[in-house]
Amino acid sequence: MILTGLFDLTTRLVRMPEDGGATVWMPPQSSTIAGEVDWLFNFILGISVVFFVLIVVVMMVFVVKYRRREGRETASPSASNSVFLEMAWMAISIVVVVIIFFFGFKSYLNISTPPANAYEIQVAGQKWDWSFTYPNGYVDQDLHVPADRPVELVMTSVDVIHSFYVPAFRVKKDVVPGRYTNVWFEATKPGEYNIFCAEYCGTGHSDSSAMVIVHPSGEFGPWLEKASNFLLTMTPEEGGRKVYEIRGCQQCHSVDGSPRTGPTFFKVFGKEETLADGSIITVDEDYIRESVLEPNAKVVAGFEPVMPTYQGRMKDDQIEALIAYIKSLDGKTGEE
Amino acid sequence: MAEGHSAVVTPMSEGASGENYLTTGKGPLSWLFTLDHKRISVMYMVAIVSSFLFGGMFALLVRTEMLTPGATIMTADTFNKMFTLHGVVMVFLFIIPGIPAALGNFVLPLMLGAKDVALPRLNLLGFWCWLTGATVCMVSIVVGAVDTGWTFYTPYSTTTGTAVAGMTLGALILGFSSILTGLNFIVTIHTMRPEGMSWFKMPIFLWSLYSTAIVQVLATPILGVTVLLLIAERTLGVGIFDPALGGDPVLYQHFFWFYAHPAVFIMILPAMGIISELVSVFSGKHIFGYRFIAWSSVAVAVFSFLGWGHHMFTSGQSPLVNVIFSALVFGVGIPSALMVFNWLATMYKGAISLAAPMLYVLAFLFLFSIGGLSGLFLGALSTNIHLHDTYFAVAHFHYLMFGGTVIAFLGGLHYWWPKMFGRMYSEFWARISAALIFVGFNLTFFTLFVMGSHGMPRRYYNYLEVFKPYQQASTVGSYLLGMGFMIMAYYLAQSLLKGEKAPENPWGGATLEWATASPPISRNFEHEMVGLDPYDINALELSSDSGGYVRKDPSSILLNQAGGE
Repeated sequence: MILTGLFDLTTRLVRMPEDGGATVWMPPQSSTIAGEVDWLFNFILGISVVFFVLIVVVMMVFVVKYRRREGRETASPSASNSVFLEMAWMAISIVVVVIIFFFGFKSYLNISTPPANAYEIQVAGQKWDWSFTYPNGYVDQDLHVPADRPVELVMTSVDVIHSFYVPAFRVKKDVVPGRYTNVWFEATKPGEYNIFCAEYCGTGHSDSSAMVIVHPSGEFGPWLEKASNFLLTMTPEEGGRKVYEIRGCQQCHSVDGSPRTGPTFFKVFGKEETLADGSIITVDEDYIRESVLEPNAKVVAGFEPVMPTYQGRMKDDQIEALIAYIKSLDGKTGEE
Repeated sequence: MAEGHSAVVTPMSEGASGENYLTTGKGPLSWLFTLDHKRISVMYMVAIVSSFLFGGMFALLVRTEMLTPGATIMTADTFNKMFTLHGVVMVFLFIIPGIPAALGNFVLPLMLGAKDVALPRLNLLGFWCWLTGATVCMVSIVVGAVDTGWTFYTPYSTTTGTAVAGMTLGALILGFSSILTGLNFIVTIHTMRPEGMSWFKMPIFLWSLYSTAIVQVLATPILGVTVLLLIAERTLGVGIFDPALGGDPVLYQHFFWFYAHPAVFIMILPAMGIISELVSVFSGKHIFGYRFIAWSSVAVAVFSFLGWGHHMFTSGQSPLVNVIFSALVFGVGIPSALMVFNWLATMYKGAISLAAPMLYVLAFLFLFSIGGLSGLFLGALSTNIHLHDTYFAVAHFHYLMFGGTVIAFLGGLHYWWPKMFGRMYSEFWARISAALIFVGFNLTFFTLFVMGSHGMPRRYYNYLEVFKPYQQASTVGSYLLGMGFMIMAYYLAQSLLKGEKAPENPWGGATLEWATASPPISRNFEHEMVGLDPYDINALELSSDSGGYVRKDPSSILLNQAGGE
């Protein structure tokens, strides 16, 4: 049949593999549901190409054949309606959309139903990064998952709406303040993939990206164990620096003296700061601790009270390490 | 056929002392306080074209910023304001009033053989609402602009420091303009059809304006309520949408799309009507499937109210709701596909003229097909999850809104231009401009489909290096598009200044607006008119001495004259 032939041709056209499974249209397939989604995408693409070519070719043929010219100033007589043709065309369109709806529905059921044995990770979105909390309480800025095991994310937002999107997995779900949303996937290929925020969230929207790191089966457990205990194996300064990197501090606080959304950490310890209300405080251990747990209680003049609280989200040993790290940023210690 | 000669002499345009609606009354006040639908339409036209230039400028700035990842010419905050202003200006100031208020206002009473719309004072009030709303929007831009995207999603919009309250207040006032236009059209079509013009003898453009008007009147109040709640939350701290105040942010999305989904059809329905008129006239042939097109317009309007939830498949609403909306949203595809079929069938065995308006019809069929078919990917649930909020959706939307509505608007503008201003334009430059716009548009937006399906999210200031070639191609396309419009501005200005005088009926249309002078006299017609078959193209013939078309039996459309039906 012409239709299947054309479809076959289109499918071949769009499935030219380049850089590891990516096609002209789609990024690499790295989750169990990606194949289904891509199949439907190509199916609709095939149908679209057939109808588009049909419409444009018919239009072009009519323009050439029936062009108004010398000796053909007026139209030839022809019918101006045909209930049969209208009904036939309508029936064709209905059948096409019903089929497309059905396949979209079928694969959506798989996408939206997490398996019962899924490994659960808590996700918090905030301006402008992500934090992923593992069952043992360890928090990371990137998402580490095992390959070949279903993973379910339970997500909420600290501030505005974000959206968790991994193109390689073909999954996307909004991350909404004040409620939990879920998304699940089963990664098939070890490697690193981009996480994008797909719901507009302000200045750093396009930079609130992170990576999914898919570990080969058997390597995820040992990784998590090692990562969770990083404070035990590092000096407080090194541990604090890691806290700074993975807990979202660096999105707003620099360590080189330049102001970002928040004040820099460089040489901040022991410094006297003027607050928004005009009072003056000294940055000491207590002030740093308070600024982590109740960030908007004492805001330095010139900055907006926009920092989310870490009350209940950051443990004491991490706060202590962070204080040690900030103390070390005195322009003398270490390489900073 | 663009080569017209001097004014046409037919029984209808005689007697007038050369006066027309443009020359009757002088000075700005005679315009600002006019009750003449034609003058109001011309004022809307100036307003809308200015908005389009303004919104287009923002678009070019956005595209220029996209030349490289990270900073190119502006900061992230400026970029966020630029794409927001592009959206707000194009949607609320340009495309919603575009066809109905500017072209529809001019053509609708003429097509009915009427002297004016039923409620001329309301019409003028609508224009003043537009002016007031536009002024409020402009002031908001000056005092701080907005950075929320044109959708104003909460809680971002209730917490950002920009002028959201002012801008949404502007949108609210503009909404009144839209409602008043719609109301006026409904009343006019119900009460002012001439003798002989039953519902099924109305030009299709009137069916589409009527369907649009129903949506305008029923859907726009929802926008008003929504932005009022938003303003109340921002200024008074009433908790409706912000979870920090006990509200629900997803509720806002339901409210917003309950208006904005039908609003998409306020934008596209009149465009479909224009295409129906043009395809018949420039094929020199009766429109095919009149009743099916007429009912399709109504069906599109009805379906438009049932699709809002399909913008929210990833929002966290229940999967069951998603499935229902996916099924409903496909519904609108059926009448749309039916119209495409009827337009093609109209061309069959026609005598197809490739004058500028018809070039826009061909461009419309090409682009609207891509826009409509790409909707299938977004209607289907599992592909939508991947493509939602990516460039793919942006490309789909622009293929329908620009490739559909703007292209049809341009087609209509070139078609009715001689009637509105009594002058012809340069066919040569019109073709060059149409070609540039067509090529530039496809380059700008087809690249977005490819980036989108690869996962490029929308509203991104920074992007992955792999997208750079596509981004740059798209930007080059947008410059071509801009050039196309500059050429158009040039030849249309030239037409106004020294264009050839247009004949009464340069294209051979059988609808009543072509049965009066170009430009029409203030009271539109010298006689009372009769409604005949609006697509009986054979009732006209090319007149050798006028350069335009004339009725073989001129008295057939005059009431109480021999030969009238």
